[in-house]
Amino acid sequence: MSDPTRDSLTRDDVAHLASLARIDLSEAELDHLAGELAVILESVATVSSAPIEDVEPMSHPMPLVNVTRPDEVRPSLSPDQALAMAPDAEEQRFSVPRILAED
Amino acid sequence: MSTSTQRTTDAVLDYDDVVAAYDPVMGLEVHVELHTNTKMFCGCPTAFGAEPNTQVCPVCLGLPGALPVVNAVAVESAIRIGLALNCEIASWCRFARKNYFYPDMPKNFQTSQYDEPIAFNGWLDVEVPAESGEGTEVFRVEIERAHMEEDTGKSTHVGGATGRIHGATHSLVDYNRAGIPLIEIVTKPILGAGERAPEVARAYVAGLRDLLKALDVSDVRMEQGSMRCDVNLSLMPKGADRFGTRSETKNVNSLRSVERAVRYEMCRHGAVLQGGGSIVQETRHWHEDTGVTTSGREKSDADDYRYFPEPDLVPVAPPREWVEQLRTTLPEPPAERRKRLQSDWGFSDLEMRDVVNAGLVELIQETVVAGASPAAARKWWSGEIARRANAEGQDVPTYAAVLGVTPRHVVELESLVTSGRLNDSMARQVWEGVLAGEGTPTEVSDARGLELVQDSGALEAAVDEVIAANPDIADKIRDGKVQAVGALIGQVMKTMKGQADASAVRELIIAKLT
Amino acid sequence: MTSSDLIRRTAAELADLLTAGEVSSRELTEAHLERVSAVDERIHAYLHVDAEGALAAAADVDRRRAAGESLPAAAGVPIAVKDVLTTKGLPTTCGSRILEGWIPPYDATVVRRLKEAGLPILGKTNMDEFAMGSSTEHSAYGPTRNPWDLERIPGGSGGGSAAAVGSFQAPWAIGTDTGGSIRQPAAVTGTVGTKPTYGGVSRYGLVALASSLDQAGPCTRTVLDAALLHEIIGGHDPMDSTSIADPLPPVVEAARRADVSGMRIGIVRELTGEGFQAGVQQRFDEAVAHLVDAGAEVVEVSCPSFTYALATYYLILPSEASSNLAKFDAMRYGMRVWPEGAPDASAEQVMAATRDAGFGDEVKRRIILGTYALSSGYYDAYYGSAQKVRRLIANEFAAAFTRADVLISPTAPTTAFRFGDKLDDPMAMYLNDIATIPANLAGLPGISVPSGLAPEDGLPTGFQVLAPAMADDRLYAVGAALEARLLAEWAAPLLDGAPDVTSLPMPAAATKEDAR
Ligand SMILES: [Mg+2]
Ligand SMILES: [Zn+2]
Repeated sequence: MSDPTRDSLTRDDVAHLASLARIDLSEAELDHLAGELAVILESVATVSSAPIEDVEPMSHPMPLVNVTRPDEVRPSLSPDQALAMAPDAEEQRFSVPRILAED
Repeated sequence: MSTSTQRTTDAVLDYDDVVAAYDPVMGLEVHVELHTNTKMFCGCPTAFGAEPNTQVCPVCLGLPGALPVVNAVAVESAIRIGLALNCEIASWCRFARKNYFYPDMPKNFQTSQYDEPIAFNGWLDVEVPAESGEGTEVFRVEIERAHMEEDTGKSTHVGGATGRIHGATHSLVDYNRAGIPLIEIVTKPILGAGERAPEVARAYVAGLRDLLKALDVSDVRMEQGSMRCDVNLSLMPKGADRFGTRSETKNVNSLRSVERAVRYEMCRHGAVLQGGGSIVQETRHWHEDTGVTTSGREKSDADDYRYFPEPDLVPVAPPREWVEQLRTTLPEPPAERRKRLQSDWGFSDLEMRDVVNAGLVELIQETVVAGASPAAARKWWSGEIARRANAEGQDVPTYAAVLGVTPRHVVELESLVTSGRLNDSMARQVWEGVLAGEGTPTEVSDARGLELVQDSGALEAAVDEVIAANPDIADKIRDGKVQAVGALIGQVMKTMKGQADASAVRELIIAKLT
Repeated sequence: MTSSDLIRRTAAELADLLTAGEVSSRELTEAHLERVSAVDERIHAYLHVDAEGALAAAADVDRRRAAGESLPAAAGVPIAVKDVLTTKGLPTTCGSRILEGWIPPYDATVVRRLKEAGLPILGKTNMDEFAMGSSTEHSAYGPTRNPWDLERIPGGSGGGSAAAVGSFQAPWAIGTDTGGSIRQPAAVTGTVGTKPTYGGVSRYGLVALASSLDQAGPCTRTVLDAALLHEIIGGHDPMDSTSIADPLPPVVEAARRADVSGMRIGIVRELTGEGFQAGVQQRFDEAVAHLVDAGAEVVEVSCPSFTYALATYYLILPSEASSNLAKFDAMRYGMRVWPEGAPDASAEQVMAATRDAGFGDEVKRRIILGTYALSSGYYDAYYGSAQKVRRLIANEFAAAFTRADVLISPTAPTTAFRFGDKLDDPMAMYLNDIATIPANLAGLPGISVPSGLAPEDGLPTGFQVLAPAMADDRLYAVGAALEARLLAEWAAPLLDGAPDVTSLPMPAAATKEDAR
């Protein structure tokens, strides 16, 4: 991928990102997106010029910790409810297209 | 990504040649399913073997809008595991999302821990055969980390040959397992095991299993997948100081397989390197039946998991007092426990080593607790069943579980012997019946008609008959040559078709002749 | 009372009428459903109207009231819900094709609380797809139109909720606010909208856009109604780990007292002046004068890192969104599209084809951006830096709140713009949220209250109040004080000046999204 300091994305970069994100973008979409993302990236890249040295990153807006629940069973959905919205089902399981590789 | 169905057999180098030229470096990653009542992030039950998609809810199905909440017992178990592995426990850590697409993973990210594991920097001492070949010695396996995460669903591949992924037309997914709490335990690179690397790997997994069992945090049933092992292995030429390229063999799911997979990968790597080739960094699949690994997926930059802190969960910051309180709940360390058990059970060093190596400590302990003598427990679990388990490529506890043979069976068998209903050779036949699934020892002995003749009249008649037929021997015994009694016992047993207690026969003969 | 009178009442008034037995929930619900039939063809605030369910819920409240049961205060007042919250048995699409026809098997906690409070749910409101947008033009089902001018945007992403309330198709509605999606639509439609403190309202069942920013809240026509609704939906929920366990601050009491005497109100230098439309700024300045007149003291504060807020937001949001939206993969629910001419396609290919067909341009843009910002080698420069700036922003807020009890600014830099004006310029579109985004980054509560009409275009302008976390009550004190003074000045609610929607000509297809 391109150099992070240059903040631009090539069309190939976008194609790679699209495959990571599992979106089958058309050629036209790739072209269009590469241009738009370049503009957006130029703008968002300014974050690295903020005075952030020695600043602790903030992942959560509220400083909560240790939120847990007791290990007690709650009712599950029925299999009918679980499968009701499935695009396809068989033998009380979600039917999905063939899987290419084991992970 | 390999889609080829063509499997070429990899060349392997002779094991002795491998260890002569290379030092193996291992990394073991063990995933353990906790046996909590509910899943990691939702209240669904975790029972094994339930009907498909009956233990699912919006959270573990990854339905839009659903949110995770951490299971308190899972955190507690993770900390106890960390402590038992001599780890430091993080004072503050977070969950992270590991992003990748896979149909059995409902959210297309796994909620896991990344650079902030709950436990890190520990060790586990395992016992392996001493380098000298005499007795055993302790080998320290360093633990990199133990972290919390969630399991995935389970896919069944349909339309291809025997459920294999290749050639399948589609797959069916059951999400009952999705979200079950997992603890992933990762070793630091294991160096210095040399030719004992396969044994070290096995001993480590066995030791871990014993420890987790003692902690009572998991079923640790490798055959049911509640404990799964990935074996990373590389070789470096002797004297080198840089690790070679490693392979990652996934889902090696029995103790014996761990040992075999390490040995196989060492031989395969050796052949590649010896031939001037280089190892491809890839995942490999272990084949229990053929004892080989095959090429899986090549590591690439597609493995960019884009980890980031899970915003739907808040950090875990276990208070120190709680951690110390949990430390007091730890079981005795397995090595100390072994020493104690050896002395309690009265086993010799050799007997204890065999028991440990065969992974029988827990089984014997359970059997003794159930009421058997240590000697009987050791005798029955390390005999015929061990021989058969080995032939099946399984460890005894796994094999016993498959057969449905339990400590109660051993207790019952022993009591049949001590009560005088069976002699030793009859007990062996009964045990075979039990292993063949014919029922409990009592049922087998009933069904097979195996029972010592208790009728003293019949036994006396047989003894009298044999004495009468062997006057010379009887005279010798009368003269005090008691060792001659053996000849008569054998004949009485023959007359009784084996269904007599030899010591009772001996006493009866001696009583009649002296 | 005629139904056209009923629908113009505030929720608080309707609750009183119901309690007094002067009107039934059925009448109220029917009146609103009639209004929907009359005007929503033009406004398109709703994606799904549940007349049957709403009437059944209304009948149930009426029956219980007749039986002498003691009911929650607002029981029987109907409500509209943004289509990003799950509703058991009712479609939930998030404005996306990929979820077309999806009927959740469970209620969001907010929805459950509405039901427990006896509020009949009229339907689900339109929104930018997965709440990504500031104009509702990115809805896969066509845009919602601004009741003040059908050629203009109603704000976004919650344009549907704001427009429903602003065109009297619901007394109140639920919105969600990730970067301003409640407050900015409120500003441009002349309505009231609150983004509560992060964690103040459960996110369980809110289909996540950016988990660390999202918050559901009230969309209403008055400050008191917002407080009443806030109280109904707010409070701790064990199903949401980020939910705050402390009790809600006294929002209703604050709205009723409307007292700002002695309060220090801080004008954020970075959120006024340059870049703000003249009429928006003018109405803001007048509002400040009203508050001073009511006894508040004005201080000026500066938060220099707010200049990085937009950049920070457009890294954190797409990053979280890229992960949150990964679940839409055609395996378990929603749309499934097979790649053309590939009946033998793999799961991977089906996922990619579905996500291409099911997501709109803005969603794809942000997913790709987020995927990039999180990818190895870029994480530190983008997502990592953004998280650090986020801390700076939170710190500057904290410092500002040592000098001021609340902070104020115009809600949006401009009044409602025309459809299509910013569709092809994402950065221009993103600038709409410049004043609302900092509060989301820091998790703070904010409210937008109408401040009048911009003289140059006669369109509504909004006044934003921000408060420290869990001091949501201050929003209502300031908002209600301003509202009371402006109402006295105007002599009638601002919305009374909006055109009669039924008399407006039917709009032509407004945008390219619409034309699809
Ligand atoms: Mg893992
Ligand atoms: Zn569940």
